[in-house]
Amino acid sequence: MLELQNVSFDVKENQEQKGILKNISLKIDDRFVAITGPNGGGKSTLAKIIAGIEKPTSGRIIFDGRDITDMSITDRANMGISFAFQQPVRFKGITVKDLINLAAGKQISTACACEYLSEVGLCAKDYIGREVNASLSGGELKRIEIAMIIARGTKLSVFDEPEAGIDLWSFNNLIHVFEKLHEQVQGSIIIISHQERILNIADKIIVIAGGEVRDYGPKEDILPGLLGGMDNCKFYKGEH
Amino acid sequence: MDAIQMNLLEQISGLHDVPEGAYNIRANGVSAARNTTAHIDIVSKEDVSGIDIMIKPGTKNESVHIPVVLSQAGLKEMVYNDFYVGDDCDVTIVAGCGIHNSGSADSQHDGIHRFFVGKNSRVKYVEKHYGAGEGTGERIMNPTTEVELSEGSYMEMETVQIKGVDSTVRVTKAKLKDKATLVVKEKIMTHGSQYAETNFVVDLDGADASTNVVSRSVAKDHSKQMFRSRINGNNACAGHTECDAIIMDQASVSAIPELTANHIDASLIHEAAIGKIAGEQLIKLMTLGLTEAEAEAQIVNGFLK
Repeated sequence: MLELQNVSFDVKENQEQKGILKNISLKIDDRFVAITGPNGGGKSTLAKIIAGIEKPTSGRIIFDGRDITDMSITDRANMGISFAFQQPVRFKGITVKDLINLAAGKQISTACACEYLSEVGLCAKDYIGREVNASLSGGELKRIEIAMIIARGTKLSVFDEPEAGIDLWSFNNLIHVFEKLHEQVQGSIIIISHQERILNIADKIIVIAGGEVRDYGPKEDILPGLLGGMDNCKFYKGEH
Repeated sequence: MDAIQMNLLEQISGLHDVPEGAYNIRANGVSAARNTTAHIDIVSKEDVSGIDIMIKPGTKNESVHIPVVLSQAGLKEMVYNDFYVGDDCDVTIVAGCGIHNSGSADSQHDGIHRFFVGKNSRVKYVEKHYGAGEGTGERIMNPTTEVELSEGSYMEMETVQIKGVDSTVRVTKAKLKDKATLVVKEKIMTHGSQYAETNFVVDLDGADASTNVVSRSVAKDHSKQMFRSRINGNNACAGHTECDAIIMDQASVSAIPELTANHIDASLIHEAAIGKIAGEQLIKLMTLGLTEAEAEAQIVNGFLK
């Protein structure tokens, strides 16, 4: 469904070219694929390149058999790509209901909007009319962000660290959300995560470090190696 | 009233027909309709153009509508309206002005509204300004509002100017006695080569008086906006003023807050933020399938909602 062909992404730093992504080639067909790896390894950049927010320096992106490399964010969204931000955006004056309507692409009933909110563990009647502004906490925003992706129901959904900024109690609920998504999803989910419990739901795991694909395979093959202490990273040992 | 005037009326007051309660509709410089109630009297002034609105003490849950519509090109008028609100009232006052100018001469409505609000009364004052018409003549509105709030009274002032007014200079002055509160919510959008200026001066004279003056605006095209907000804390009081503006295209926005504390227990705050629409807001809405222009419109509409 999604294929990256020799994708590279460079930035200029102190007048030197720095490679954030180096010649990445990947095929993603499974229902639930987790991307993991150390911070600064290029995971979020990869997600932005898939959504069209960043353009690759070289390489091609193929989605559903079409080359989308030069397509805009809007066109990709309308083709069926959704992207949940790591840091959700606040809007003065725009309500939760407004955003869910925009995500669904039509005016939906309050009952229907409430259903999406309930799925991410928000009591709908408390939130539906709220402005998506600074009065909402980071954790609330993250859940609304996920509810928007559920409301879109597209072929490909990309989540950038959905667990970041979510407290432990909410995290348990979040796991259930993704377990449910895994069961129901019609297309593919790509989820960037450091959390063992999320990696554990995945069909396949991609390890990205230093802008390169270090490992890619079924969860059963990849996860034990990660938990065994890749780079002595505490994240992967569950100590953090 | 003709269709153009009815449309203006609907734009500024949401009215399709004559409103309930007391009202005075002014069309092209003359009073077109008036109604008074047992508690609210409306009397024409004799020396100048305008009306006195007298609200008896203890009047609750009543409203007064005093819309003004101008559809005759080149008409210029200056109107004085005085509101005398008795003690212990709870009323809503809806004013507003719509100008339709299809000619080449400027049309102008200048109004001076004075409010004398009695003790422990609550007033909600709503004012909408709107301009339309294909003429080259400018649509000009210069509203002045003077407010005197007695002990324990509360006034909320909501002013909206969203479209079509070429030039406006708004002056709002308020004096607050003990425990009085003034809340101002201003919304302005300018486009083309429009100019909008607002000047607030709030004197917090009484103990525990408070005010919150909040302006949200969007400036598009080559339009210019000037926001001045002056709060003087002359007693133990609390004042907050905030200007939040989105700037687009080649527009220009100035915000000049001024706070003066003349009392050790005066607590005054100002905030001002001017900036373009955040790129990440546009990107977020584009990932939901909106074009950049659609995303921009959603953000502006939400901001001014």
